[in-house]
Amino acid sequence: MSDTLTYDLNVNGEIETITAPAEETLLTVLRERLHLTGAKRGCDQGVCGTCTVLIDGEPVRGCLTIAALCEGVEITTIEGLATPEALDIVQQSFVDTGGIQCGFCSSGMILTVSSILKSNPEAGEAEIREGISGNICRCTGYEKIIDAAVLAAQQINGAAR
Amino acid sequence: MTEVLDTIGQRVTRLEGKDKASGRAQYTDDMTLPGMLYGAITGSPHAHARILSYDISAALEVPGVKAIITGDDYDWFRSGGHVKDETLLAKGKVRYIGEPVAAVAARTQKAAEEAARLIQVEYEELEAVLSIDDAMNPDLPIIHEEFSTYQMKVTDLEVSGNECWATSAEEGDIDAAWAECDAVVEETFETQAQHHLYLEPASALVDVDANGKVTIWGPNQGVHFIQTRVADYLGLPLTKVRAISPTVGGGFGGRAGPHVQPITAALALKTGKPVKITLSRAMDFETCRSRHPSRVRMKIGAKKDGTFVAQEAELLFDGGSFMDETPAVASFGLMMARGPYRIPNFRGSARAFYTNKLRAGSFRGFGNPQTTIARECLIDRLAQALDLSPMAVRQKNAMVAGDKWLGGQEVPACGFAQCLEEVKKAADLDKAQLPPPAPGKKRGFGFSGFAHISSFLASGASVQLREDGTITMNTGGIEIGQGASTILAQICAEALKLPIEDINITEPDTDTTPYNYKSVGSRTTYTTGRAVKAAAEDVADQIIEHAAAMLDCDPAQLTLISGGQVGVKADVTDSPLVNRTITFKEASLRAHYGVGGPIIGTHTFVFDGPPFDREGSKMKAVVFGNMGAYIYGVQGAAVDVDEVTGQVEVVKAWAAADVGRAINPTNIEGQIQGGFAQGMGYALFEEMVWDNGRLVNPTLMEYKVPGVKEVPKVQTIIVEDPEPGGPFGAKGVGEPAMVGVAPAIANAIDDAIGDRPNSLPMTPEKVLDVLDPS
Ligand code: FES
Ligand code: FES
Repeated sequence: MSDTLTYDLNVNGEIETITAPAEETLLTVLRERLHLTGAKRGCDQGVCGTCTVLIDGEPVRGCLTIAALCEGVEITTIEGLATPEALDIVQQSFVDTGGIQCGFCSSGMILTVSSILKSNPEAGEAEIREGISGNICRCTGYEKIIDAAVLAAQQINGAAR
Repeated sequence: MTEVLDTIGQRVTRLEGKDKASGRAQYTDDMTLPGMLYGAITGSPHAHARILSYDISAALEVPGVKAIITGDDYDWFRSGGHVKDETLLAKGKVRYIGEPVAAVAARTQKAAEEAARLIQVEYEELEAVLSIDDAMNPDLPIIHEEFSTYQMKVTDLEVSGNECWATSAEEGDIDAAWAECDAVVEETFETQAQHHLYLEPASALVDVDANGKVTIWGPNQGVHFIQTRVADYLGLPLTKVRAISPTVGGGFGGRAGPHVQPITAALALKTGKPVKITLSRAMDFETCRSRHPSRVRMKIGAKKDGTFVAQEAELLFDGGSFMDETPAVASFGLMMARGPYRIPNFRGSARAFYTNKLRAGSFRGFGNPQTTIARECLIDRLAQALDLSPMAVRQKNAMVAGDKWLGGQEVPACGFAQCLEEVKKAADLDKAQLPPPAPGKKRGFGFSGFAHISSFLASGASVQLREDGTITMNTGGIEIGQGASTILAQICAEALKLPIEDINITEPDTDTTPYNYKSVGSRTTYTTGRAVKAAAEDVADQIIEHAAAMLDCDPAQLTLISGGQVGVKADVTDSPLVNRTITFKEASLRAHYGVGGPIIGTHTFVFDGPPFDREGSKMKAVVFGNMGAYIYGVQGAAVDVDEVTGQVEVVKAWAAADVGRAINPTNIEGQIQGGFAQGMGYALFEEMVWDNGRLVNPTLMEYKVPGVKEVPKVQTIIVEDPEPGGPFGAKGVGEPAMVGVAPAIANAIDDAIGDRPNSLPMTPEKVLDVLDPS
């Protein structure tokens, strides 16, 4: 039997106390213990990017991250972006451009794009392509996802001006 | 001039977009029910073996295990798409590695998996049949010994051994026709198994009530089809099976049949508790379905000026261990072999075989990509032989409205010639503008025509006017990411001249939803859409009747006005009625509380295009009585081939599709771009590889799909040649969006280096082989 640990996680600004086996992944803790099911399990092997969450603003793979090692960092999931009234800029631009089809990649794509634009608000198509190159989308052919990211960048920059 | 409409043609954003963008959309594995158990499956380690006995004693000892089922627990209830050849769990025999032989329900996922591992099955191994050639070898064992006892829908099937389907068609006088040809080309092409790779792995959640009625959630492409199949597997009446569609993480045909729903339902019935099974990616790869591998021999002949005279096609499909959609794939592949061209003399056959591998099934394109690669590559060869441009040869032979499809059906509309013209124009422009290839790389351009269908079988819809004048629409059109919900709501909104916000759509649920065959075959826009439009028009008529009674006038004087009102027609000028209006709400309140009863419109139909001329076209064992609303299009690609590594890079693509009428351009572009990416993976690198019956690449690490860096810009061109019978002239586009991609890329490789592989995927090794055959 594996050891069980108790630890605190800061998820979307809330402190959650977790008691779970030591090796449990962040993806499992989020989905099965906290019922934050926006992060998806597409491969469980670190390849597809559907499980992406942000740790201190950087995209990480929830399926490869041990939850117990995430104490003291800020975890942001897709559920942490929108307010009850409105989507954030990146989410809304994915809806507006058609960057979402089946939606299974969308949480990971949106969080990845958010992080790209946060660290480089001037990011253009090339930087966006590079930034999302670890996330698979089987539906869209990526074009409208890039359109969404470009639109979000324009809006963020427009708002900043 | 096409009529200007309010909602049709608008880039209405996806109705469930916000739910998906915010992480709220509920996919099957996101759901839990109180007291829910977790399931796990024991798969066969052998490709072909007899089951001698089961030992579940060790598995039962695992704490938390609630139930174990094996083939011994069930009678011989068989299920299947066209031929009933599958049982819930392997019974007596296993036919592919990974085939479910037993399943466990337990309180935790871990316990279920551990118990599944501990189930012991004793087997007697049989020689495995692993390819089309094996299947034709009479010395190898028969995979389905009871084939002749299986229930099936056709009566004119003649097969033996491991051959499971044989269909054919013939028009004109092919034997005489070859003598009229100035050039004849012939080649054999091989294509591989491709996985759908929907990003949501197979999953099912099943609840059961005290009367033994099961309720099933799971990614699907048709709740009624899942309901029927599960009922078959378990020997239940349809009253005891309910299927609901949650959010679905991609389909591409892969959810056109059941996956883990039947086993999950069996475990729920056995335990009396809700059970969930979600497959690992590897198990999904190993046990769901693939595209049919194929071998296609084709021969085409033409006159000096490029006029096609004759075509012969011999298609062989590897169907895997169970039939699933194989009869339809073989039939459809055959019916698409001639494509959107005039070729007066045709002879074709399609045969399919059982092998000891994963079942091949429905997959975007459905037998069409396998024949299109052969035909379109040969058209380029024929053009070379006659010293003509391949594009000009396509244009010369392009079918037009009034021509007949193979099987004798006249096509009422055809925008193929325009698609050819538009793609040619776009590519010519780009040719001059694309930056030149890097040193050591050669550039080539290639094109492919394609066609597909967008209607067959039945659909229904109901549209209900609520008390506040808004609409609740109920259809079995499944939103698998293609935009079905939004498109159907747009059709409904347009027919009632309401804003899209006034249309509430219900989730497909067999307890309440009118029958819909499936969301497959690009049929939803045309077929379900047509049912929606007629149901909405029924509602409009009823509203107008109420309004006429309220205004004391003739209904013929009234018409709908945008925004949920009825007013007088423009030509009624000399009446006190002018400027009088009745709102939908007023009419609805009258209906609900005064006269007539709530306003509900319904419509159902089964595709009513002309039947195939079975006699005239000498058709045998074709599973479709009719099909139609043909879609046409052209794909083109510019590639750079690295002469040292054989690597092919697609630098630009163009794709035109005649969609009849574009209901939502954003969705159409999304289908065309996504289809291109999937077609490109098929063309260049995606392949499921079996070694001795074992799938060796069942993970995303080993099975590569196109990433953002590989996929080029795809310029999309929407052609609108209204389809009579289509809702507002519309038809589908989802499937054919991948059909012409591989041949376009193959022809571009040929253009770049003077040859191309005739086997998919066109990996660097195969490209190097044709570059330097020594
Ligand atoms: S589920 Fe984590 S990368 Fe695929
Ligand atoms: S929208 Fe389906 S995987 Fe990206």
